[in-house]
Amino acid sequence: MEAASVTAGPPRRRSEAVRDFVSRYGLIAILLVLPVVYGLQDLSNDGNLTRLGENLAEGVSNGAILALIALGYTLVYGIIELINFAHGEVFMLGSLTAAALYSPFGLTPDTSAAGLILGLLAILVLSMLVSGTLNVMIERVAYRPLRNAPKLAPLITAVGMSFILQNVGILWIGASQKSVPDLIGSQEHLFNISGVSINRGTVLAVATMIPLVFLLTSFVAHSRLGKAMRATAQDPEAARLMGINVDTTISLTFLLGGLMAGAAGLITALYQTSIWYFQGFSAGLYAFTAAVMGGIGNIRGAVLGGFIIGIIQGISDNRIGNDWTPAIVFVYLIIIMVFRPQGLIGEETREAG
Amino acid sequence: MTRVRQLRGDQRAGWVIGGAVVLAFALMPLFRAPLDGFTGDAILALAYVVMALGLNLVVGFAGLLDLGYVAFYALGLMATGWWASDFYSGVKDQKGIHIGASNFADKLPGIHLNFLILIVGAIVICAIAGIIIGLPTLRLRGDYIAIVTLAFGEIISRVFANGDSLEIFHNDAISNGRQSISPIDQINLPIFGELDSATSLRPYYWCVLALCLVVLFVNFRLRDSRLGRAWIALREDEVAAASMGVPLVKTKLLSYAAGGAFGGISGCFLGPFFASVNANQFMFGVSIFILGMVILGGLGSIWGVLLGAILLSFVNSWLIPDVLDGEWMQGKLSSLGLNFQFSEVEFGVFGFILLLMMVLRPEGLIPERRHQLELTEMTPGELEEPGQLHATYEARA
Repeated sequence: MEAASVTAGPPRRRSEAVRDFVSRYGLIAILLVLPVVYGLQDLSNDGNLTRLGENLAEGVSNGAILALIALGYTLVYGIIELINFAHGEVFMLGSLTAAALYSPFGLTPDTSAAGLILGLLAILVLSMLVSGTLNVMIERVAYRPLRNAPKLAPLITAVGMSFILQNVGILWIGASQKSVPDLIGSQEHLFNISGVSINRGTVLAVATMIPLVFLLTSFVAHSRLGKAMRATAQDPEAARLMGINVDTTISLTFLLGGLMAGAAGLITALYQTSIWYFQGFSAGLYAFTAAVMGGIGNIRGAVLGGFIIGIIQGISDNRIGNDWTPAIVFVYLIIIMVFRPQGLIGEETREAG
Repeated sequence: MTRVRQLRGDQRAGWVIGGAVVLAFALMPLFRAPLDGFTGDAILALAYVVMALGLNLVVGFAGLLDLGYVAFYALGLMATGWWASDFYSGVKDQKGIHIGASNFADKLPGIHLNFLILIVGAIVICAIAGIIIGLPTLRLRGDYIAIVTLAFGEIISRVFANGDSLEIFHNDAISNGRQSISPIDQINLPIFGELDSATSLRPYYWCVLALCLVVLFVNFRLRDSRLGRAWIALREDEVAAASMGVPLVKTKLLSYAAGGAFGGISGCFLGPFFASVNANQFMFGVSIFILGMVILGGLGSIWGVLLGAILLSFVNSWLIPDVLDGEWMQGKLSSLGLNFQFSEVEFGVFGFILLLMMVLRPEGLIPERRHQLELTEMTPGELEEPGQLHATYEARA
């Protein structure tokens, strides 16, 4: 490819400039298709953008959840180049744990605000710990024995693990969707932003996500262990020679990813007020799409990608129909993987070829 | 001289044993009642063998992990729904299109094609779909291919599950959505006439056995052909294969197309056998079920995949419902305080098999020699440095 462009000389310049432009902004243009189309439709029908704004608000809360899950994919991929296919199920089991803890903590929709906040904080910590520990155990059982195996082997065990965990979910709560008490009144209107009603669920999702992401980024950027993680991601052999315990560092990465997934699990239980053994499958794939979109291995990218996919999901759910959302997100997934595998703000990776 | 004679003798012995096995398989249903449940399970198992052999071409030979194999199963089944039922009852002013259809189907509205035409049609659409799925993955490697194929499989199942709202030709949707399309025509063959699954399952069994033998033969010929060797070279080292003159694009696309075609054949047989097509069964789980067969038997090993498919199919149709959910096992479980049916968690069982095989015996039950070498082979550099991560990151560099 490169050789051809060198020999072609000046006449090819323009086409190359076009290609550069397309590869840089093409994906952004494709991403804008849905909001622009429905925005124009709203403008011509209602004369304002309120409906689109409401879709966006829903998208932002989806996005906060997806961003937290995507962090798990991105951290793990960054360090051992493995798609942790079972991560969606870690999130699902976090959600089930959180919902199961409502009644032991005595939380009902009538609980006072202070009790609710304290109880939910405790549940948040517990479900994060459950998911984190689970993720570490998955790594220990399914991935560590295969470190030397061909690259596809751990992916296959990951798929197997994901099915096992889904069925743990079935054994736990049954195969149908189960509704859980709406503790916070998640659909209740809180305030308006230029005519768009923002509900409690959205505020909760964003307010939980921001401090967690802040803690995670500062941990990775400033702590000794975070430095070890970054070193291992760059070159595990060199990291080992510098005295870093690579196995522990990898376990720590899985722990951090699991913690985030557990938090996302609680938010989902509160926001959707229903839990399902299958919720991790699609959420996991959406979050993976988000991680790739932001540039896999990139923490800020995962958050950005999470919000983008969340907004696509929000628009598609309301305008095109729930049934079509997976197909639409997967079309985006394929487009991104094929045309910009390095993501929106990622660097060139091996996969980019 | 003696060695040659011995080899010739071996070959003859091989033919005799092979012939005896085929004969045993062919005679099996005669010892059973015409509508015996076991024959039904065996038909399913053989249909899964066809599918697993197809997936083995992609995953086992060419080393491209395809997690969206359900797409071909879906397309094969939908082909029977489109072309062998009264689904498009409006065509030609409700007179229908009939090509080689049975006397019964000849009078029905809708499109009714002969089974042989149907199979060719399914092969063509699945091969095309395989190429379409393959195209975007050409520049990708390993795990990204897996995710892109998975996404394609999900898109195709979604399109069929919601297809009742997608009208392409005048008022004709592409599928019946979550409702099933039924009845599907019985298989109608030129010499044997219409097979009737209501009176006897034997003809269906022999039909799928014949399909299996053809597919097995094609598989062996493909494996030893120039193309098959190119696939294996691709699996072992893509860069080396390319520099030895293996055309990557063509080789990869042909593997997707061939693998897809086998899935289509199987789906095309299963449509008439189930007598209905339901988009609800196009799930990611199907892809994993078939992949489980390939992994269980041994990636790239034709006999292994054959065994794996039969085993896993019987785990699904016999072990789980009849043994694990049988009275004895359920009694044991409830005395342990566990109260669940294994059929609720069958995909968990398949997942467990995947995990166990990959960790304990990644080469499968009947390993393929070359693939086993790839799994265990150590380059000198790795022997010097026993670092656990070494191989993984070596591959990355």
